[in-house]
Amino acid sequence: MFNFDFVKPSSIADAVAAMAQTGAQALSGGQTLTPTMKQRLASPSVLVSLTGIAEMKGVCLGADGLSIGGATTHATVAAEAGAYYPALADLAANIGDPMVRNRGTIGGSVANNDPAACYPSAVLASGATVVTNKRKIAADDYFVGMFSTALDEGEFITGVTFPVPEKAAYVKFNQPASRFALTGVFVAKYASGVRVAVTGASNNGVFRWAEAEAALSANFSASAVEGLTVSAADLITDLHGTAAYRANLVKVLTKRAVAGAK
Amino acid sequence: MTKVTMTVNGKSVSAEVEGRTLLSAFLREGLALTGTHIGCDTTQCGACTVHVDGKAVKSCAVFALDVEGADVRTIEGMANADGSLSVIQQSFQDHHGLQCGFCTPGMVMASAALLADNPKPTEAEVRHHLEGNICRCTGYHNIVKAVLAASGQDVPAVAAE
Ligand SMILES: Cc1cc2nc3c(=O)[nH]c(=O)nc-3n(C[C@H](O)[C@H](O)[C@H](O)COP(=O)(O)OP(=O)(O)OC[C@H]3O[C@@H](n4cnc5c(N)ncnc54)[C@H](O)[C@@H]3O)c2cc1C
Ligand code: FES
Ligand code: FES
Repeated sequence: MFNFDFVKPSSIADAVAAMAQTGAQALSGGQTLTPTMKQRLASPSVLVSLTGIAEMKGVCLGADGLSIGGATTHATVAAEAGAYYPALADLAANIGDPMVRNRGTIGGSVANNDPAACYPSAVLASGATVVTNKRKIAADDYFVGMFSTALDEGEFITGVTFPVPEKAAYVKFNQPASRFALTGVFVAKYASGVRVAVTGASNNGVFRWAEAEAALSANFSASAVEGLTVSAADLITDLHGTAAYRANLVKVLTKRAVAGAK
Repeated sequence: MTKVTMTVNGKSVSAEVEGRTLLSAFLREGLALTGTHIGCDTTQCGACTVHVDGKAVKSCAVFALDVEGADVRTIEGMANADGSLSVIQQSFQDHHGLQCGFCTPGMVMASAALLADNPKPTEAEVRHHLEGNICRCTGYHNIVKAVLAASGQDVPAVAAE
C-alpha cells in the first residue's frame, strides 16, 4: 500500500475542508477501501476518516422518514432500525459477518455501489434520498452504473433518508464465499405503489423491475409476478451463475419477498 | 509519522506510525503481539480478529490511527489474571476446537464477542456469528461445540465423533 496522510475530522465542516485537498479520499469502515488500497487500485494521498464525526452517526425517525447517518455501521442499523423499518434492519443484520458489520457503514456501501451489495437495493426500492455535504439526491438519480454514482469529486454522503413503507422485505440469495448477494431483491409497498429493486444481477448495477412494480401495485401477492419474465440480456454471468440463472432468481426472490413482507 | 496512543490488553501504549500502518501490523510488528494472525490480509478470513472498544473487528482492515484512544484486546489479553486459560480458551482445548491452531485466535475473539452479547446462543446462532471466521482445517463442528460448552450449555452431537 502506498503511504498517505491520515486525517480524522470531528465535524462535517472539517471533513469538507479535508476532502478539498488534492488526492483526498473518504474512509469509513475500510471494509472495501483497505483491501483496495493494498492492491494499489486506490492510492489516495490524504485519507479522510469519517468515523469520528458524531453528527454522521445514528438512526432517527423524522417527518421525511427514517434518517440514518452516513457513518452509521451496519451493526447499529441492525440493532436500532428494527422498530421503524424491520426489512432494513434485517438487511443490515445479514451483511457479511459480525466484524464487517461492526466497521462497515451505510455511507461507504452506498458510495461504493458494488453491483452485488445489499444497501443499494434498499435505497432504490424505498425511493430514499441520499444526503451529501452539498445536496440531496433522489435514489432514482443517484445510481449511475456498476461502482458508479452521482457523487462528485470531494462530495461525501452524510446520511440517507428512507420513507418508511407499509410493508417490505429483502431476500438475498447468498454467494457463500463472499457473503455478498449472488442476487438480492428488495420489495417495498407504499400507499403510492410498490417498488422492486434488484441487486447482484445486472451489469449496470442495481435496477428497478418495472413490470413487477406494476403487477404488485395492482395486486400485492406472489402470484401477481408468476406470469412475468426477466430478460437475461444485460445480466451478469460469472462462475457462480449464468445470466439466465440470475433472471430466474430475480423472479423467485421477488415472490419470496412479497410473501415475507412485513 | 504520527503518534498514536491506545490501550492494548489493559496497558496504555504509544508509538510513531505511518498513515498506512494497519492495526494488525501495529500489534504484531510494533508490540510483538503475534497471537493476532494474518491469514488472508484481504478482510475475508477473520484470523486477525481483535476487540476494539468491546466489538470484534478485523484488524487487517483498520488503520492504527483510526483507533486512537481505543481500548483494544487481543488473544494475549484473554487468559485469566493468573495465566490459566479463560473459559472459552479451555473449552477450545477440551473439545478439540483447534487442529493447526492458525484460525484459533480469531475464533476465540469472535466467540468471546458473541457470548458477551448473547450468553446462551443456539447452535444456529453460533454458526451464523462465526461466518466471518474461516478454518482452513475445516474443524467447524468442534469449534461450535467448544463455544456452546463455553456458554455452559449441553453440547449436541454435532461433531463427527
Ligand atoms: C467479508 C465481507 C463481506 C461483505 N458482505 C457484504 C454483503 O453481504 N452485502 C453488502 O452489501 N456488503 C458486503 N460487504 C461490504 C461491506 O458492507 C462494506 O462495509 C461496504 O462495502 C463499504 O463500506 P465501508 O464503510 O467499509 O466503506 P470503505 O471501505 O471505507 O469505503 C468504500 C468506498 O466508499 C467511499 N466512501 C466511504 N464513505 C463514504 C461516504 N460517507 N461518502 C462518500 N464516499 C464514501 C470510499 O472512499 C471508498 O471508495 C462485505 C465486505 C466484506 C469484507
Ligand atoms: S487476515 Fe484479516 S481477515 Fe484475514
Ligand atoms: S485449526 Fe487450522 S485453520 Fe482452523
